[in-house]
Amino acid sequence: MLDIRRIPIAALIGLVLTTLFVLMAVFAPLIAPHGNAEIVGDVWEPMSAAHWLGTDNLGRDLLSRMIYGARITLFIAVLATALSFSLGAILGFSAAVFGGWYDTLLSRLVDLLMSIPTLIMGLVVLSVLPSNLITLILVMGILDSTRVYRLSRAVAVDINVMDYVEAAKLRGEGSGWIIFREILPNALSPLVSELGLRFIYAVLFLSTLSFLGLGVQPPDADWGGMVKENKDGIVFGIPAALIPAAAIAALAISVNLVADWVLNRTTSLKGGRG
Amino acid sequence: MSSPIVKLVAQRIALGILLLLAVSVLIFAGTQILPGDVAQAILGQSATPESLANLREQLGLNQPAYIRYFHWLGGVLTGDLGTAMSSGQDIATSIKERLWNTLFLAFWAAIVAIPLAITLGLIAVRYRNGWVDKLISGVALASTSFPEFFIGYLLVFYFAVEHQWFPAISTVYEGMSLGERLQAIALPAAALTLVVLAHMMRMTRAAILNVMQSAYVETAELKGLSAFAVIRKHAFPNAIAPIINVVMLNLAYLVVGVVVVEVIFVYPGMGQYLVDHVTKRDVPVVQAVGLIFAAVYISLNIIADIAAIVANPRLRHPK
Amino acid sequence: MADGKAKSGLLLDIRNLRIEATVYPPGEAPKTITLVHDVSLTLEKGKVLGLIGESGAGKSTIGLSSMGYGRGGVRITGGEVILNGRDILKGGKEGFRKLRGREVCYVAQSAAAAFNPAHRLMDQVVEASLLHGTATRAEAEKRAVALFRKLSLPNPETIGERFPHQVSGGQLQRVMTAMALCSEPDLIVFDEPTTALDVTTQIDVLAAIKDAIRDTHVAALYITHDLAVVAQVSDEIMVLRHGRLVEWGGTRQIIKEPRQEYTNALVSVHEIEHKEQQPGTTPMLSVKNVTAAYGGGHVKVLKNVSVDIFPGQTLAVVGESGSGKSTLARAITGLLPPEQGSVVFDGRTLGNKLSDRPKEDLQQLQMIYQMADVAMNPRQTVGTIIGRPLEFYFGMKGRERDKRVNELLDEIEMGKGFIDRYPAELSGGQKQRVCIARSLAAKPKLIICDEVTSALDPLVANGILKLLLNLQQVEKVAYLFITHDLATVKSIADSIAVMYRGEVVRYGSKSKVLTPPFDAYTDLLLSSVPEMEIGWLEKAIAGRRMESAGN
Repeated sequence: MLDIRRIPIAALIGLVLTTLFVLMAVFAPLIAPHGNAEIVGDVWEPMSAAHWLGTDNLGRDLLSRMIYGARITLFIAVLATALSFSLGAILGFSAAVFGGWYDTLLSRLVDLLMSIPTLIMGLVVLSVLPSNLITLILVMGILDSTRVYRLSRAVAVDINVMDYVEAAKLRGEGSGWIIFREILPNALSPLVSELGLRFIYAVLFLSTLSFLGLGVQPPDADWGGMVKENKDGIVFGIPAALIPAAAIAALAISVNLVADWVLNRTTSLKGGRG
Repeated sequence: MSSPIVKLVAQRIALGILLLLAVSVLIFAGTQILPGDVAQAILGQSATPESLANLREQLGLNQPAYIRYFHWLGGVLTGDLGTAMSSGQDIATSIKERLWNTLFLAFWAAIVAIPLAITLGLIAVRYRNGWVDKLISGVALASTSFPEFFIGYLLVFYFAVEHQWFPAISTVYEGMSLGERLQAIALPAAALTLVVLAHMMRMTRAAILNVMQSAYVETAELKGLSAFAVIRKHAFPNAIAPIINVVMLNLAYLVVGVVVVEVIFVYPGMGQYLVDHVTKRDVPVVQAVGLIFAAVYISLNIIADIAAIVANPRLRHPK
Repeated sequence: MADGKAKSGLLLDIRNLRIEATVYPPGEAPKTITLVHDVSLTLEKGKVLGLIGESGAGKSTIGLSSMGYGRGGVRITGGEVILNGRDILKGGKEGFRKLRGREVCYVAQSAAAAFNPAHRLMDQVVEASLLHGTATRAEAEKRAVALFRKLSLPNPETIGERFPHQVSGGQLQRVMTAMALCSEPDLIVFDEPTTALDVTTQIDVLAAIKDAIRDTHVAALYITHDLAVVAQVSDEIMVLRHGRLVEWGGTRQIIKEPRQEYTNALVSVHEIEHKEQQPGTTPMLSVKNVTAAYGGGHVKVLKNVSVDIFPGQTLAVVGESGSGKSTLARAITGLLPPEQGSVVFDGRTLGNKLSDRPKEDLQQLQMIYQMADVAMNPRQTVGTIIGRPLEFYFGMKGRERDKRVNELLDEIEMGKGFIDRYPAELSGGQKQRVCIARSLAAKPKLIICDEVTSALDPLVANGILKLLLNLQQVEKVAYLFITHDLATVKSIADSIAVMYRGEVVRYGSKSKVLTPPFDAYTDLLLSSVPEMEIGWLEKAIAGRRMESAGN
């Protein structure tokens, strides 16, 4: 059973921070002291008792915007990860099990997509697509699913040549049993840790797009967008842009720590591989 | 060099060229995926019928897509990248200077990052599982979680605002001396270095460790060779190929980092140019610049593969 | 001899050696385990001591301790290792470096991995001599060439120019021996030097090593799990188990008059009672003129193979690696559809492809694999693993299924408590037993056993073979037994097919196949199997030479 004292300290920190971020996102309207777009003071006021993190480039409360920003950031990143993961894993597994032209076609297509850096391809596509959340999630999810595809196909191919899978085929089992009972349980632990990495990547990719002005559009802003809004203050010594940037880093590190621990834990489970 | 190597290298290059062609199709198709009218989307709902017709003419939208593709590809192959919609300027001319600027920046970032990453990787292996290794690995893990702009603005905040050692905005112009230029790009180059350093270091560490755990390293230790001699004579020759591979893959990663870093420092390079024109929805520029980025990326990957082929003794000395 | 010491007297004296390692069990605090418990041994100059034991006996660990070396966090925590009159454990790092490659050299199990792929063989062979300054490059190379010649390597003058991947495994093992001998050490540690080789290659390498040891008067620790092999080269044998000494004595005493029960079990491991059955009239399974190939017909791995298996009997298919014996199993099961020929079972021709065969045919033909670890899904319990065929073929569910699983566990001599265990919690032998139970669950008429004992320690393997024979009596099941190990074949087969490069070169009842006159390959194969008899090696080599001279 899960014993809280047995969780390594790094993972515990990651777990606590991640939970905090999630709670912040879910209960944003309850926690935030001010509205998201509400102008409450002067431009770039310093940190004070009234505005813990100061105000932003338009005089909005930075803390409130950070809290709402968490909501948008997590919302898009979670959906994009879910899309990339289900798409990539389903295609990857089926390619490994069915093989043949289906596998070849998919794999070559993925090779082609991956031969262009994701950001560049994202920019190319976003130059013609309408700027809205659905486009953003679709583009992020589809581009990133290539990586999930590669991993899940590789894992499944490895497992597919194991003698126990051959034994199941010799027994006459159908592909349902082989995918869900023989392959999937053994593929879970690498995939779970990959899920964490893909989520981090989605957060970073979204932030980058928003920072470049191609992600979430004003007046809404994710953390990357907030960096963009406040970046001009930097040269005047105003650190407002650094706060959302640091939040992104903190989120990414926390998830990384949790993913690391989950990977170690699942591989050391009873009957774990290796 | 014997024949199987030449053959493999030739194959890899041919494959690369094929891949480039496919990528050009993909990039072209990527700008055509919009359901409905591209011209309408670009100009928005308020566009007049005349301006729409004009734009369609300009984009060649009245022709079928494949004809437009071959027309575009023909242009690219002869050095004609078309004209920018937003400014009417010749793209090839505008790109020339910027391409050079970007390569200059990436070059200096690589010059610093490669030896630094390899040295740190070696140190981490030498003191494996010690505190130095853990520190290096921890910092590396953290910095892979940092967005590029966080690193960039931290540098700006500290070195340009607090201490004013370097400019926050990297302006370069013709007639600058090398020294001035280097000072101008110091911060973006540092940011880029930090962006790729962690990855490169971690992969170098893994590559060397992989070699260090092989049986022939044990053989060398059992001959009485010193730790240094084992690494120099036995581990290093076998680690070169994976390290070159790591370096090339990370240089390819620089291509991506450069886009963001140029925007942070308002550096007049390809990345800045691309982002500007994506915002302006200037399709011809996006296609051209996207293709150039992809070409650089693919070429670096090909070099990485070729290095691995050439460094493999099994291929260099066939049976 | 380094330092020109006298040729008689004590070379190595290990006293109360204790070796420990720290293990990191997942989810638990790291703990220290003892690999070697106070083992003592002595070795005189020019003598060979065989260290024998099953995996985990600590034999390699003891061997490497004579060089002050511990693999992967293994530490020498007690005792003395006295080499040439001094305790090397007190010499520190610098002391170890001076003796490694000069006084003591090492020959690894896998020469293919132990040579650096980036350097030419000669550079690696002379490296230690040059490093320790015992010879100039010209002298060392001259010595190396002489050693290559002594070890019967082809083209001794030029083989040093080659890279490791350009030389075969058996030759590489000899080059590694030459590398160890080149710096003229006092002691060589041979760590399973012939285990990875095919049996017909093993005998040559073994003879070469033995000659070289005799002619150079070097002392050796010869580590192996194969008593018959070590009996050929050693003066004395030390039997180890779980890091403790079991018995230590002269080679003749150990193999002829073992004093300990464990040693006795090792010596008599191949003696299994089995009466050969005569082939019946109608075969149960006939392989008729099967030709099969990989890579779309390019690589022919089976050429016109025909064999018969009779109900309740065992057909052993023997051959070395690359002989096509495992491919034959794949062709029979339908995993690799034959290009020509057919497989007839119970009078009806089986579908070529697996997907063409009805469930009833699949049920009649079961398979057991070499590596039991990877033949069972690590995420399924023993109950699921054995129960699935019951469910799948016979629709058994719930209590009925569990009852049958328990019966099967009884049949394979494992208790009821195993039903909820995962494969990772079983020992190697138990895993293979569960695999046997899984195949029995289907109530098949034929079980294909693909090298089922070759990954196991001899005693465990012996237990598995006995179990298979018992089960054959009870269940009246036939076996197709694929192996490279002729000793196994002799103990359990009713008929034998010898395969060589995709063809059956000799086929018939066991007594017929094992009775002369032999064809050339069968003779080579039979004469290469080490026998637990002093002087066997010389006899076998002499026999072969006469033959090759006669041809």
